[in-house]
Amino acid sequence: MATQQARTLGRLMLSPTIILLFVWMIVPLAMTIYFSALNYNLLNPGMENFAGLDNYYYFLTDPAFLAAFRNTLVLVGSVLAITVVFGILIALLLDQPILGRNVVRLMVIGPFFIMPTVSALVWKNLLMHPVSGLFAWIATSLGLEPIDWFAEAPMFAIILIVSWQWLPFATLILLTALQSLDAEQREAAEMDGARSLSTFLYITLPHLARPITVVILIETIFLLSVFADIFVTTGGGPGLQTTNIAFLIYSQALMHYDVGTASAGGLVAVVVANILAFFLVRIVGRNLEA
Amino acid sequence: MGSITLQDVRKAFGPHVVIPGANLQIEDGSFVVFVGASGCGKTTLLRMIAGLEDVTSGRIMIDGANVVDVPPARRGLSMVFQSYALYPHMSVRGNIAFGLKMAGLPRPEIDRKVDAAAAILNLTSYLDRKPRELSGGQRQRVAIGRAIVREPKAFLFDEPLSNLDAALRVQMRQEVTRLQRQLKTTAIYVTHDQVEAMTMADRIVVLNAGSIEQYGTPLELYERPANLFVAGFIGSPRMNMIERETEQHRGAATIGVRPEHMTVSRDGDGWSGTVRAAEHLGSDTFLYVDTPEIGSITVRCVGELGLGEGDSVRLRPDPTRIHRFDKSGTAIR
Ligand SMILES: Nc1ncnc2c1ncn2[C@@H]1O[C@H](COP(=O)(O)OP(=O)(O)OP(=O)(O)O)[C@@H](O)[C@H]1O
Ligand SMILES: [Mg+2]
Repeated sequence: MATQQARTLGRLMLSPTIILLFVWMIVPLAMTIYFSALNYNLLNPGMENFAGLDNYYYFLTDPAFLAAFRNTLVLVGSVLAITVVFGILIALLLDQPILGRNVVRLMVIGPFFIMPTVSALVWKNLLMHPVSGLFAWIATSLGLEPIDWFAEAPMFAIILIVSWQWLPFATLILLTALQSLDAEQREAAEMDGARSLSTFLYITLPHLARPITVVILIETIFLLSVFADIFVTTGGGPGLQTTNIAFLIYSQALMHYDVGTASAGGLVAVVVANILAFFLVRIVGRNLEA
Repeated sequence: MGSITLQDVRKAFGPHVVIPGANLQIEDGSFVVFVGASGCGKTTLLRMIAGLEDVTSGRIMIDGANVVDVPPARRGLSMVFQSYALYPHMSVRGNIAFGLKMAGLPRPEIDRKVDAAAAILNLTSYLDRKPRELSGGQRQRVAIGRAIVREPKAFLFDEPLSNLDAALRVQMRQEVTRLQRQLKTTAIYVTHDQVEAMTMADRIVVLNAGSIEQYGTPLELYERPANLFVAGFIGSPRMNMIERETEQHRGAATIGVRPEHMTVSRDGDGWSGTVRAAEHLGSDTFLYVDTPEIGSITVRCVGELGLGEGDSVRLRPDPTRIHRFDKSGTAIR
């Protein structure tokens, strides 16, 4: 138990840090809010004037916003589904005593260390390129027409790339969770006559509920702001097909030089992220208490 | 039905032989306890019977059929684990019902059996709780409930009471014994606690480094230990082993006298010695006596004799209860 004096002193000593953190956070936020209420276009410098909520109105009624919103949900949802499902499968596989398990584990973690920009470039130019890519080569050697991924299935291509980056993370978390599953519990299920599928459904999966929740929460935070992969590969197109909210804000600010609307968009994105997080925590977060 | 026979069962983990060869005949309905020091292979033997561990060689027969290639679920045995191994996310009902559900029984029948098992074990009011909301003793009962509800040919227990406190252990000991008598199901029970072994067992298997040293009723083991190991293992305080030649030896390499089979007096005949330490429990007195003739001896006397440290005493063994062993340690009868 700290005495009153010690506690006061403690608070005093901490205050510079807290103030610094607070300023660090509040200044950009305040500036964004300020800009979002201005008519501020970089093409007309010095012409800023107060615009009220007009920027929000333009951003939210822009048909691009709805498309971007939908794309964001599709991207986040698909990547979550893919990484969790395949993460579980790969983790189950890596939990088996297979030959060279350690090497395989190391290789599986690999993609996580590659920068999104780099991996997107690799996928774009070496794998998915319709002329010189590996997939095109495979397709041609099988006598098929190569797919121009970023023209024909751009969203799917992005989902594939982002999933590839996040699969190691999911796998790693789920694998550690699997290893903490009590062996006697599995044996008890075995004695109770559970086959491997039942053991998975009734013993393993409930055990993984909590780590799956963690994976979903953490991934969602990062997936809401996927940008580099889109920037490098499709540039948000064709049309708006791969524009998510993060990319839309970027295009508002730096392609249309409209700082005001971009700031409004940024705040909308914050609100959307918070709403999504709120529901996620409510829905899946209940697992965390168990 | 549930007779279990082991024929030359051997187990090695790589080059490390854990069970060099076990032969055992367990009759239907009996309560058999495996007892032995830590690491002697009790759990390994039990897990081989359960089917959770492969047998290196030999045969395990359940009701006359060799089961070494039969998976655990189809051996018709159920096991109570030391850690209980309850399914943490299932209710007590779910835990007990799991085996029946896996066997594909209809819902009403499952419910009826679970309720019956819960009634036997006083778990009825806890059926909807999760394991983490139960006390240690209640968890233990759920684990037992999970075992009995399947009406197995035999129960396998691996030190099920070792996580409980002393008072609860005594209570659960009696409950398990009563339950087994009531169900008349064969039970194999692993423990390293000889009091548990002596009080619960119909027959005890004494294991030493993976070998069965003796298989008999608790009193047989106490009164006629087959060798030095069993003689030293069963009984507390330990039997006094006297290697120095005395007139009692009559050709034996070692004689053993239990502490409770000696009479102590201040004078008269017998081995003379000095009390090094005395423990007064009220009901009993333990004396640790140094004798010039036969070394250090432990004596247990009923009641209070008023003897203390430094007193000189005479020790006389009960001549009918002296155990004689030859050079290899085998009992001479
Ligand atoms: N999977 C394994 N691999 C190698 N050696 C093992 C394995 N399991 C057990 N052993 C060894 O087998 C021996 C017997 O182990 P076991 O668990 O059967 O002992 P125990 O009699 O149950 O002991 P305790 O009373 O401590 O539970 C020990 O020496 C142990 O080190
Ligand atoms: Mg053990």
